[in-house]
Amino acid sequence: MEQRALMSKKEFSLKRFFLQWEWMLVLIFLLVNAINVSLSPYYFNYDSLRDATMTFLDKAFIVLPMVLIMILGEIDISVASTVALSAVIMADLHAKGVPMEAAVVICLLVGTLCGFLNGWLLVRFKELSSVIVTLATMIIYRGIAYMILEDQAAGQFPEWFSFLGWGYVFGIPFILIAFAVCAIAFGLLLHMTTFGRRIYAIGNNPVASRFSGVQVDRIKIIVFTLAGLMAAVTALFLTSRMGSTRPNVAMGYELDVIAMVVLGGISTAGGKGRMIGAVIAVFLIGFLRYGLGLINVPAQVLLVIIGLMLIAAVMVPNLKRKRSAAANVRKEDAGIKEAI
Amino acid sequence: MTEKALKPSTTSANIARFREAGLLGVIIALSIAVQIRNPSFLTVENISDLMTNTAILSILAVGMMLVIVTRGIDLSIGATLALSGMISAQTVGAYPDLHPLLVILLGTLIGVVCGAVLGFLVAKGGVLPIIASLGMMNAYRGLTFMVSGGKWVSAHQMPPSFKEIATGSIWGVNTLIAIAILIYLCFFYFLNHTRTGRQIYAVGSNPESAAISGINNERILWLVYTIMGALSGLCGVLWVSKFASAQGDTAMGYELSVIAACVLGGVSIAGGSGKISGLLLGAILLGILNNALPLINVSPFWQMAIQGAIILLAVLINAVVKRGVERNNLARRKI
Amino acid sequence: MSEYVLELRGITKTFPGVRALDQVHFQLKPGQIHALMGENGAGKSTFIKIITGVHQPDAGEIYLNGQRVEIKHPRDAQRLGIAAIYQHVTCFPDLSVTENIFMGHERIQPGTKRILWKEMHAQAAALLAELGASFDPKTQMGALSVAQQQIVEIAKALSTNARIIIMDEPTAALTKRESEELYRITEQLRDKGVSVIFITHRFEDMYRLASQVTVFRDSRYIGTWGIDEISREELIMAMVGREITQLYPQKDAKIGEEVLRVEGLGKTGLFADVSFTLHRGEILGLTGLVGAGRSEVCQAIFGIHPYDTGKVYLKGAEVRVKNPLHAMELGIGYLPEDRQMQGLVLPWSIAENITLSAIGKYAKKGWLSRRKEEEAARMLAEKLQVKAKSIFDPVSSLSGGNQQKVVFAKLLTAELDVIILDEPTKGVDVGAKSAIYEMIHDLARQGYGILLVSSEMPEVIGMSDRVVVMREGRVTAILDRDEATQEAILEAAMMKKAPPDLPHKAVSSKTRRLV
Repeated sequence: MEQRALMSKKEFSLKRFFLQWEWMLVLIFLLVNAINVSLSPYYFNYDSLRDATMTFLDKAFIVLPMVLIMILGEIDISVASTVALSAVIMADLHAKGVPMEAAVVICLLVGTLCGFLNGWLLVRFKELSSVIVTLATMIIYRGIAYMILEDQAAGQFPEWFSFLGWGYVFGIPFILIAFAVCAIAFGLLLHMTTFGRRIYAIGNNPVASRFSGVQVDRIKIIVFTLAGLMAAVTALFLTSRMGSTRPNVAMGYELDVIAMVVLGGISTAGGKGRMIGAVIAVFLIGFLRYGLGLINVPAQVLLVIIGLMLIAAVMVPNLKRKRSAAANVRKEDAGIKEAI
Repeated sequence: MTEKALKPSTTSANIARFREAGLLGVIIALSIAVQIRNPSFLTVENISDLMTNTAILSILAVGMMLVIVTRGIDLSIGATLALSGMISAQTVGAYPDLHPLLVILLGTLIGVVCGAVLGFLVAKGGVLPIIASLGMMNAYRGLTFMVSGGKWVSAHQMPPSFKEIATGSIWGVNTLIAIAILIYLCFFYFLNHTRTGRQIYAVGSNPESAAISGINNERILWLVYTIMGALSGLCGVLWVSKFASAQGDTAMGYELSVIAACVLGGVSIAGGSGKISGLLLGAILLGILNNALPLINVSPFWQMAIQGAIILLAVLINAVVKRGVERNNLARRKI
Repeated sequence: MSEYVLELRGITKTFPGVRALDQVHFQLKPGQIHALMGENGAGKSTFIKIITGVHQPDAGEIYLNGQRVEIKHPRDAQRLGIAAIYQHVTCFPDLSVTENIFMGHERIQPGTKRILWKEMHAQAAALLAELGASFDPKTQMGALSVAQQQIVEIAKALSTNARIIIMDEPTAALTKRESEELYRITEQLRDKGVSVIFITHRFEDMYRLASQVTVFRDSRYIGTWGIDEISREELIMAMVGREITQLYPQKDAKIGEEVLRVEGLGKTGLFADVSFTLHRGEILGLTGLVGAGRSEVCQAIFGIHPYDTGKVYLKGAEVRVKNPLHAMELGIGYLPEDRQMQGLVLPWSIAENITLSAIGKYAKKGWLSRRKEEEAARMLAEKLQVKAKSIFDPVSSLSGGNQQKVVFAKLLTAELDVIILDEPTKGVDVGAKSAIYEMIHDLARQGYGILLVSSEMPEVIGMSDRVVVMREGRVTAILDRDEATQEAILEAAMMKKAPPDLPHKAVSSKTRRLV
């Protein structure tokens, strides 16, 4: 029997390297900036660009765990409500005399608990999809926020708390540093650890993962819990920047977050995509928003643009897949059906 | 012939009946409880008020049921409703002499277009319904703001003939209720007695088999989202007429109530099943809750959480009951 | 007019990388029940799909009543009076029986396009009554048993006036009594002049029903015989195509101490009272017809679906496996039946697939070491002679046999005592088969206890030291190597009751009451 040695070096293909979606994003990102610069003379200014990041980075914290969730092949649309609930509880407790430090900790705990509940429901009731579970908890979490604060706002936080949203460290916004740290942590978790490898495995084939000893349920709960925790982090930064909070805070964030993740090249079918793509997408949409805002494009138009971008990002790979679908079907038939 | 082997098991049929009876029971019990706390609940005035308020919800629920039966979901209906309402209101503002029927037609047409676009994305583009409808929700909501320029259309800009769409009556029945009844009758017929109607269920029940049976799945999906759009457009006109104002954020989040009505009415999120009769009960139960909670001094701010809890409970109970049935089926097998 | 209702000549069908059918012939007479037999992967399924228009042949002709036809779509087949009843019923579980029968050809009032429910229900009831079924056509399809659903499918075929009905292993999931019912219905169809192609693995089915039998092997047509022209042995030879033993290596592993003992294992509705032992170096065959509960038992031992009653002992100590990870930590490995769905992450590379089960071994505190991982993967892939360019090739690009080697390699990453192999040669060509058999023997030699689940009779006989036979969820025989003949196994697999002289009887009486 012939015995060939298997190559254990990856072949490096320059073409394949540059055909990655992330380069496409970088290109769009540069394009957006070029257009912004040509449209507004005030755009390209270090100070204002730096400060612009402070306005859109709050929700970016949720993008990170949402990448994990969508690679798992799930979705979480309750995150914005989790932001509202944890922010409202924190503000309300503080207004009732609880020290801010304790309120912050409780805020994080509330978010974590919300996320855990999502994951637990999903694992305990496997017949339910994540769409319906998080849709229900989305209403419940926001509803509890309304029960607590009704239509009131709560605020007047101590001086130090506003540092989160407004502060600088060595001239760099604190929120940007915090985001960078979190993004790197999540990136390492996804790409360098066994945990991340197992997430990809589940997203590609949950059954085979289970047969291979991957503890699917546990990983799902952990990932959804992380999403809750990061939603609470968003609540901290958002509340700090706004100075007060209301039950209707962060309305529609789930859409922005999902749009960023999908635009970042994470497949809605699960199993594919990288953290870096989503991070680029965060800045892409953020700068697009900022630039269009400078030339007085109303926020509503942005809403339309983001909605359309979301759909385009999903459609493009779908159309590509459709073209080669015929060949794939035949292949699968030959492989799977004939095997039976 | 062995009777035992071929005896039909009618458990699941029983469950469907049990669910509707259960819903009816809950509705009656709830009504009695509320009546004891507040005698003004079961008055002609309040009931007609309740039904008028529930009419729009129940119409939208019909469309949502079709979408959910095909294993989809549509989160864009609140935005479609707002867009259609806004354009209709502006049109009557500009041409006060326009016949109300024409306005209704206009609103419905706008909805048809919105729904058809979404249907195209889902059926032909292969975009997940949740993603597609989230995206279009943004787009339609943004369009509404753009069309309105951020301004309201308020009561004094609308001619009385327009406002009468919602306040008038046909043969002594409020127009909204009449329209809702008409739609329920039409869709009852459509879903149970036409081929296309049954094909919707077939596609939701087993898409692969449906395709082999010669059903055009893409066409059915497209149709379903277009119908949903049409009903949202119609409701846009009704809504604006009823509340005599059109705003950019009209019906924001209303899709959740509609989905709640469907889930309560026994429409299975997994697709393939859902009945008009159950749906009607679900919508009425939700309407009663919305109407009764203020009457028994529950803060309006509690309503959302209660609604969410009810959705979750309904879904969980469904899942648990289904599991029980499956376990029983297995246990019945003799080894 | 031709003497055949259906005739296929020289049908060839190739899928990328696989020749599924090679110059296949088939002739069906009117009013005949014609059995089609062959091993798994002989090409029967593809053959049916060509007749029903799901696939188009690359070459060859189809004649219907002597006329050449082309069947391009399942709808064409329906129009031509051809209907198929598949092993896994493809129905609409949420719809009524009537709707399932008439899907695609509903009775409609011409003007208003209204569905004529009364008429359809009446016709459905008449069809069901004709088939001797007593359930209401308004019943929801999902509420019926598999046997009942098959009757609905037959009624559906009749409602389209099908003259040719193909049944693909219809008895596989049925109990004895349900099978009898199906035989009766099939004969009834024949007496009405309907021609039936009956695909089956069971000799029992064939002898009971068919007047002729055609055999396929390795995608080729082998021959057609009248049922009384061919002996059982000749038929087996035709299907297997070789002396049963030649494919299997000489067994030389030493059988050591007991490593796994299962006592009175049961799970409601799936299996009951399953007991056996497994020793180091032993290959224990576990066989039975499809649906006998073999995979379910294995998955219960491996912790996929927990068992309700009974005990599992590993190296003498009782264990309660919580999940697959726990099973592997304890030393039990499982090679799943469905390689592509349960065994592999298809888009992933060979290396990533091999290391998935024991990914923790190639990491320090959760941090992956790609170098370690790739080194280990390369070693195992080379050891098992996986044919590929590099370990970074996606497993989806490999042939069935090489994919199976990758799944084997996954098992070898963990430290195991017991290896459960569930249909390890399913869908693998003959050459790769012998390589896999050699691998299994190698594992036995290394002292693993091997539980080999298989429905291929020659494989079970050729490989096993002892054979456990199951039927309808119960162990009906445990045979030693010299007792394990084709006849003995078949008898145990199709026999009604468990013999009284089975071991572990004392444990079993308790569990029997529970079921």
